[in-house]
Amino acid sequence: MTDNPSPLKFHVPEPEVRPGGTPDFSNVPIPKAGSVARPEVDVDPRNIRDLAYSIIRVLNREGDAVGPWAGTLSDEEQLEGLRHMMTLRTFDARMQMAQRQGKTSFYMQHMGEEAVSCAFRKALIQGDMNFPTYRQAGLLIAGGYPMVEMMNQIYSNERDPLKGRQLPVMYASKEHGFFSISGNLTTQYIQAVGWAMASAIKGDTKIAVGWVGDGATAESDFHAALVFASTYKAPVVLNIVNNQWAISTFQGIARGGSGTFAARGLGFGIAALRVDGNDYLAVHAVAKWATERARRNLGPTLVEYVTYRVGAHSTSDDPSAYRPKTESDAWPLGDPVIRLKNHLIKRGLWSDERHKQAEAEILETVIAAQKEAESHGTLHAGGKPSTRDMFEGVYAEMPPHLRRQRQKAGV
Amino acid sequence: MPRMTMIEAIRSAMDVAMGRDDDVVVFGEDVGYFGGVFRCTQGLQQKYGRSRCFDAPISELGIVGAAIGMAAYGLKPCVEVQFADYVYPAYDQIVSEAARLRYRSNGEFTCPIVVRMPTGGGIFGGQTHSQSPEALFTHVSGLKVVVPSNPLDAKGLLIASIEDPDPVIFLEPKRLYNGPFDGHHDRPVTAWSKHELGEVPEGHYTTPLGKAEIRRAGSAVTVLAYGTMVYVAQAAAEETGIDAEIIDLRTLLPLDLETIIASVKKTGRCVVVHEATLTSGFGAELAALVQEHCFYHLEAPVARVTGWDTPYPHAQEWDYFPGPKRVGEALIETMGA
Repeated sequence: MTDNPSPLKFHVPEPEVRPGGTPDFSNVPIPKAGSVARPEVDVDPRNIRDLAYSIIRVLNREGDAVGPWAGTLSDEEQLEGLRHMMTLRTFDARMQMAQRQGKTSFYMQHMGEEAVSCAFRKALIQGDMNFPTYRQAGLLIAGGYPMVEMMNQIYSNERDPLKGRQLPVMYASKEHGFFSISGNLTTQYIQAVGWAMASAIKGDTKIAVGWVGDGATAESDFHAALVFASTYKAPVVLNIVNNQWAISTFQGIARGGSGTFAARGLGFGIAALRVDGNDYLAVHAVAKWATERARRNLGPTLVEYVTYRVGAHSTSDDPSAYRPKTESDAWPLGDPVIRLKNHLIKRGLWSDERHKQAEAEILETVIAAQKEAESHGTLHAGGKPSTRDMFEGVYAEMPPHLRRQRQKAGV
Repeated sequence: MPRMTMIEAIRSAMDVAMGRDDDVVVFGEDVGYFGGVFRCTQGLQQKYGRSRCFDAPISELGIVGAAIGMAAYGLKPCVEVQFADYVYPAYDQIVSEAARLRYRSNGEFTCPIVVRMPTGGGIFGGQTHSQSPEALFTHVSGLKVVVPSNPLDAKGLLIASIEDPDPVIFLEPKRLYNGPFDGHHDRPVTAWSKHELGEVPEGHYTTPLGKAEIRRAGSAVTVLAYGTMVYVAQAAAEETGIDAEIIDLRTLLPLDLETIIASVKKTGRCVVVHEATLTSGFGAELAALVQEHCFYHLEAPVARVTGWDTPYPHAQEWDYFPGPKRVGEALIETMGA
């Protein structure tokens, strides 16, 4: 008890730097590549609590793959991975431009985060199910989903697999293990756990993967997902893509006093790891480790991918209003495409010439897909889903009140 | 024919559904080992095992969210929310996810879940064990909303809901669990064993969703009611001597508009009764539909008898509850107009 209590202070976290300032990530500790131990997958989560505070890295500054997490991919797979990331980047550039040209209402790009979804996809097998957010299209690109279908959805044209009902980039494909994107944040995290529980209930072999961003971990759905995953030891990998920014809000607002997002898993007894999200090889190695845990009934794994959102949140956002323009250049984990490219060049598997050639080839492929998609219409021109489609599919069978409304609409 | 309470009928529905289809799973708070606070799932874990009927953490959004994921996988979860008053944490999962999954994915993923929850007052439950939130669900495209009023319907409607390919909100009037209740709280309770609708077949049958039932044929005025209010309306009709035609809606969404229109066109008068609050309640939708479709047959304004627009009180429960006296007054007023 004190007779003269001092006034309480209200605390609101602020990022280190705002527009006009000099970007500074010196407060972000980056462990050396290869320095983090790789435990056996059946390790007791209580014995690897330090992994929630470190960063697993494979590719070092010299372009070498080093340490115990290296070596999960063949040369061909690494070359394929580079191509997937380059394809996603080109796809993004074209769709971003298409939005500026008025061919669609909205787009969300992956710039800087390509490794996360592209590499993770390669640890999954047919039948596994992702519950993605809007920045994991690499799961589709690396999973062989036709680009034309993605564009048809983005353009809401007459071939749109979702009949014009969803905002651009909210894809859905059961066959490609890509659950329907909601657009509401974190709702799908607990659904991924439920899907995984169902797979276990049925004695199946498939696993589920939940995805969330750093900001959306603040939703209570995140907490529910961790409780259920922990309680039922669900065969699920719970991914947090920490790209530092939730629209204009820096990650410290959602993270609060917790040291890292991965550390959120510790109180639930969930194995929790942090990984360099701009390191294709490290992402894949961790994805393999986490998915194997799930497949072997060892329970859930929480993985935080430390990355940086180089682009705007969406085509409706202007990041120069809230962070320095040059901040992405200062990001200490570099660019995922360049890092894998340099590694492959160093190993003699790739060259600048082949890279330029591949860029040209990919651009040609993406443009060809775009032309095909545009021949079926764009948002405001050409073929589009019918007004009748608007009334379909609310229920398996159209109830009388909707039939009356459809008649009233004259379709 | 065996006699069942509404609790036993609901339990029997889940038992039958689980017995017929391995994909039906049941879970919720206190639902597993203990069998639910109202005993609706008693014995199911023992019979079907912990992987088909189990306890869930106290997280309604978790229960419904997990059920949606399970449904996307291919299961048919029938989950319990302990009281309808506790469903709000799950509202986003129901509204933004379950209700829209089929539509937004163009059928790539569907959501055949049932969310059961005890609804309504009459048990001195105060504001956290008495609410009737049906209108919050009838306002949502993609949902079906069911409110049974007796054991026979409860079983048939619940099996139909579990077998339905779309999400169903299944509201169980808790005051009816052990017997029909006509609002006369000072009189002894009748048991379902003494009521014809307490006769329930053991095996499988369904009561179709979207079909109302005329509980009392009449010619003077149509009463639209569901759940507990069906019995309150019956008592009001007997006590006023007004020859009311009482329609038990059973399913609010989709609604059996045909039965409503036919009755109101015949009687020319309509009283809507529900326990939920008045403003923007489901009664407003019913009144609007009746005037849209039966305006030139109406001889009096459509009346609404509902709970007051206050939170559900504790000590004043019977001042709040729209009992037979208030319903009777509305019948008399509607007849006199």
